[in-house]
Amino acid sequence: MALSGLDIFKLLPKTNCGDCGVPTCMAFAMKLAQKKAELSECPHASEEAKSTLGAASEPPIRLVKIGKDHPLEVGSETVMFRHEKTFFHQTGIAIQLRTSEGESTLEQKIREIEEYRVERVGEMLKTDLFLITHDSPDKDIFLKTIHLVKENSTKGIILDCAEYETLKAGTSLLKDSHVAVLLKKTISDDWIDLAKIYNCSLILNSESYEDLAAQVEKTKQAGIQDILLNLTSKNTGMQIQQNTILRRSALKKAYKPFGFPLFHQINTETEFDMFATAAALLCKYESIIALPEYNRALLYALLTLRQNIYTDPQKPIQVDPKVYPIGEPTPESPVFVTTNFSLTYFIVSGEIENSGISAHLVVCDTEGQSVLTAWAAGKFVGENIAKFIKTINLEQQVKTRKIVIPGFVSQISGDLEENLPGWEVIVGCQEASDIPSFVKNVELT
Amino acid sequence: MKFDVPKELNAGHVLEVTIGATSEQGGSRSHTVTIGGSTALPFHFFEGEFPHRPLIAMEVFDKKSEKYPSSLMDYYRDVIEKPGEMAKKCVDEYGAELISVRLEGTHPEKGNKSADEAVEIVKQVLESVRVPLIITGHSYYEKNNEVMKKVCEATAGENCLISYVEKDNYKTIAAACIAYNHTLVTQTPIDVNLAKQLNILLTEMSFPPEKIVMDPLTGALGYGIEYTYSIMERIRIDALAGDKMMAFPMLINPGYESFRVKETRAPEQDYPDWGNVDLRGAYWEIATAMSLLVAGADLLIMYHPQAVAAVKKKVEKMFDGRGGD
Repeated sequence: MALSGLDIFKLLPKTNCGDCGVPTCMAFAMKLAQKKAELSECPHASEEAKSTLGAASEPPIRLVKIGKDHPLEVGSETVMFRHEKTFFHQTGIAIQLRTSEGESTLEQKIREIEEYRVERVGEMLKTDLFLITHDSPDKDIFLKTIHLVKENSTKGIILDCAEYETLKAGTSLLKDSHVAVLLKKTISDDWIDLAKIYNCSLILNSESYEDLAAQVEKTKQAGIQDILLNLTSKNTGMQIQQNTILRRSALKKAYKPFGFPLFHQINTETEFDMFATAAALLCKYESIIALPEYNRALLYALLTLRQNIYTDPQKPIQVDPKVYPIGEPTPESPVFVTTNFSLTYFIVSGEIENSGISAHLVVCDTEGQSVLTAWAAGKFVGENIAKFIKTINLEQQVKTRKIVIPGFVSQISGDLEENLPGWEVIVGCQEASDIPSFVKNVELT
Repeated sequence: MKFDVPKELNAGHVLEVTIGATSEQGGSRSHTVTIGGSTALPFHFFEGEFPHRPLIAMEVFDKKSEKYPSSLMDYYRDVIEKPGEMAKKCVDEYGAELISVRLEGTHPEKGNKSADEAVEIVKQVLESVRVPLIITGHSYYEKNNEVMKKVCEATAGENCLISYVEKDNYKTIAAACIAYNHTLVTQTPIDVNLAKQLNILLTEMSFPPEKIVMDPLTGALGYGIEYTYSIMERIRIDALAGDKMMAFPMLINPGYESFRVKETRAPEQDYPDWGNVDLRGAYWEIATAMSLLVAGADLLIMYHPQAVAAVKKKVEKMFDGRGGD
């Protein structure tokens, strides 16, 4: 639970030494309460202060990292619904590698997955983790697969191996890589030792809340904090309920045993079934989803959904301000102008495309605001648009001197013509869905 | 270790809405379907009642759009211009639980078919299938009013789901629904307040609440789905908190919206990283459908047979497995 400034003040040395950079202990306590400072900035803090404040400032769901150089970070969520604030750490996508697939297949698969990336709205979409499942009778191939991943990829690794000595040998190859170990049975001292020696996260597995909580307590008492929860269930509906209950317990009931990110492995279904499950669980609280196969069409849809759901609702995604070709425009093709709010861009470009014509779409920098908001804020007005058109040298790229503005900002047409000598401004339709009929009825070039 | 499942009980519930009418009820359907009625957030079986599972409708057309995606043609080539036969195929082969007849061809710029032609097509579909119907119009108000009025009259007593009315265009069609016993969809542009306002306007003209379905406007995956998703969650949370003007079942259009976007249409040779276009279309529609299902969708109009099969099977399994914990 959060402590007040006064509660924190009582734990500080009260010497007002200023070593923390703040003149008084009271002022420092207030900053701590607002999470604008960290206790480590006070060199004189007592052990009691550290442990009390540490526990109080612990996030309700722990942040867990998997991987070495650019680790995947999951957890640390604070809300049940994205509209309440935002979801902070997007679901990590793991692709399973089964050692029974054989070395050459695996090598090619690892390379392909490592190379896979798709650009969407300025973000590179890609997978995050490999789940290495040892299901071959040949012990060596487990170690070989680990080597292959290490050599060919920087993604984080989850190890899944029932045979303890083999797992240990594999983990020892990945000492500093922050791997996660996927357990398939109840936690025992062996796995706790392994996690301690090799600094791994543990993915605890159970079918019941009570047992899972007991396993978490045992693991925490042994000094291991990097835990993920894998509460398995019979179907997607049960999984949604369980995930809701786990997250709700952690956030609203401050139930510590469930204050960890959630893991789910999808196994036995057809590709469409598997995808339907993945899509639902991505929305409902899964921190890591492991898929059994690599499939580009599936990944593109899943990663797009992840990008959408994990967008900060207060900060719309922006597209780069520039001229976008729609269809195959020539210098004679018409010119449209709009803002760089991603949704505006997508809808306008989609509707121009739907209309069947080719055009140049000028997307101005409005800091991600939509047409009316940007206009109200003075960011989508004649002067700014004209300035942008000059910066990008549009007059050298196109021969036409007509430009279509969104119907909702018809009032800027005079202003824009004044700032853009030689151009005729055409007021377009208000709704993007009317673009196909608008282009049929208005002379645009 | 002891653990108590934290339950949240709600004051409100979603209204139940029935679509279709059998011969005893003045229609010609073999059965009716009912959506809504839940007393908790989607799939929260542990803390509420869910008398009806979400249903999947498929869509047929009065006119094949120039934009109809080629990947879907492989499934519908022989029937796309025969709405009656296409409806039968959707029901018999693909498991559609309702049929939507989209009358886009009556739009003055998309074929300008007459109201009488629209009535003919709806009647064809009524004759060829026995499931309840959704009649989907467009936003060219003047023409849409004329068409919907005639269709409502010609199908009097069938209790079709008439989709949709908007804030500036609800009176004529709502009156026709009351007069000829149909159910109505209120559509608003991804906005909680506008949604509520339109429902209030309707109930103020004595429109029966148990005959309203809301359409929060579907944004496809990659095209604003996060807005639709959060608006639906907020509407449903308000409904469960007891706001009666939000407590209607929700209709979404994953098919129509998904198959308008480039990502379901562009061939793999142009975008090798995007993968196979047919699969991609199905995935795109499944992602749109599944995410909006967990946000509160009660009725989905879908296009791709594989997507319909996957989502329907998933929803059925989720409902079969309820109870227990």
